[in-house]
Amino acid sequence: MRAEGAVRPRPGLAERFKRGLTAPICLTWELTYACNLQCVHCLSSSGRRDPGELSTSECMRVVDELERMQVFYVNIGGGEPTLRPDFWDLLDYSVGHHVGVKFSTNGVRLDQRAAQRLARTGYVDVQISIDGATADVNDAVRGAGSFAMARRAMEALAEAGFGEFKISIVVTRHNVSQLDEFKQIADAYGARLRVTRLRPSGRGADSWHDLHPTAAQQRLLYAWLSERPDVLTGDSFFHLSALGAPLPGLNLCGAGRVVCLIDPVGDVYACPFVLHEEFRAGNVREPGGFTRLWRESGLLLRLREPSAAGACASCGLFDACQGGCMAAKFFTGLPLDGPDPECVLGHGERALAGVCLPDRPQAGPGHSRRPVFLGQIAARAAT
Amino acid sequence: MSFDLHRAYKLNPAVAIRPEPFGALVYHFGNRRLSFLKSPRLVAVVRMLESRVSAADALVAAGVPAPQQARYAAALAALADAEVIDAC
Repeated sequence: MRAEGAVRPRPGLAERFKRGLTAPICLTWELTYACNLQCVHCLSSSGRRDPGELSTSECMRVVDELERMQVFYVNIGGGEPTLRPDFWDLLDYSVGHHVGVKFSTNGVRLDQRAAQRLARTGYVDVQISIDGATADVNDAVRGAGSFAMARRAMEALAEAGFGEFKISIVVTRHNVSQLDEFKQIADAYGARLRVTRLRPSGRGADSWHDLHPTAAQQRLLYAWLSERPDVLTGDSFFHLSALGAPLPGLNLCGAGRVVCLIDPVGDVYACPFVLHEEFRAGNVREPGGFTRLWRESGLLLRLREPSAAGACASCGLFDACQGGCMAAKFFTGLPLDGPDPECVLGHGERALAGVCLPDRPQAGPGHSRRPVFLGQIAARAAT
Repeated sequence: MSFDLHRAYKLNPAVAIRPEPFGALVYHFGNRRLSFLKSPRLVAVVRMLESRVSAADALVAAGVPAPQQARYAAALAALADAEVIDAC
């Protein structure tokens, strides 16, 4: 992960981060599985609210714990977090308890009134997601009308004088050629651009093969990012550091070490990209709550042990890419101690050819309202 | 304003320090910047700044060996730059 805007630590520090911290630096908290959209690459397969989601008071208890642990901010997402009727109360409660809020939204509830309210609240960051710089490219992935909705929310924030909000893009095969346009959109609003990696997690397991950038596109992306250190990446492209000088950031898999996820029902996972039983540490409702899980969960402790380079041991670039993303390997059916599916040397691609598709770990339908197929959404967007 | 080792400094009131095995995480609630104090001794120096007449004095009080003082001064300069510490 990347502590965005942080003093860049030396490699020695990253080594020590691997052994874990007393609390996460980058905690993602998904407040609800409810979503007005059905993006084909949704990491959490969101759509329907889960009846077991944490109540308002349970959420507040989690905030109390985070305050005690000195987790300075949380990245709130979903689903669409603003669909929770208590969203604004939770936001105020969190900020009032020294846990800053950075939340991701598709913009559905971000009208002028909400934008003005946010502009008055200190210590809140807003991130609006789009996955195309034009409606056709965006809506093919996120659904009809979602681009216009996001742009309305951006207008509202800019008009309310919110200041520097973020515009967040997941890089795909179809939008990688629009990077300059994304930057122009961000610059026009005085916003900050954030681009992150597409993961084969959640519904992304089914759309990844059609959406992930090609090897040639990855090289263009690396060059583009290298020239623009002001573009945030959430440290998600460290597998590309094998192409040359490392990109800014910690350049390590932060799962369970500096990163963690709390899902809407209180389940704690090692990272936001591995919502799967195998990477579930426990639930915040258990005795000891989140604090105990973070400090004592066998799963998280194991992830902090030195990992073997496995099939990558003989590769001279292992120090640069660290074998890539655990979640990307897991959901594409690759061994965790082997190459990333998007290994810049092509080892991942060759390994993928040997994976029998039905043997991949199944993310399951999750909370999807219905099966979502890329072609289906694209067809709907076109009509 | 550039860092001056011979001035007194104090922790910015908007800053919180979270102790960690390697040193500490430092978060500035105002500018939302996260910084790292890369050794427990640097944490001691930072905590001691306010009660000392100068940053140089805090280095000595925290027991920073003379050969390492330049490195610690550079770390303090970076912290001043990030508004983690302010001149008194």
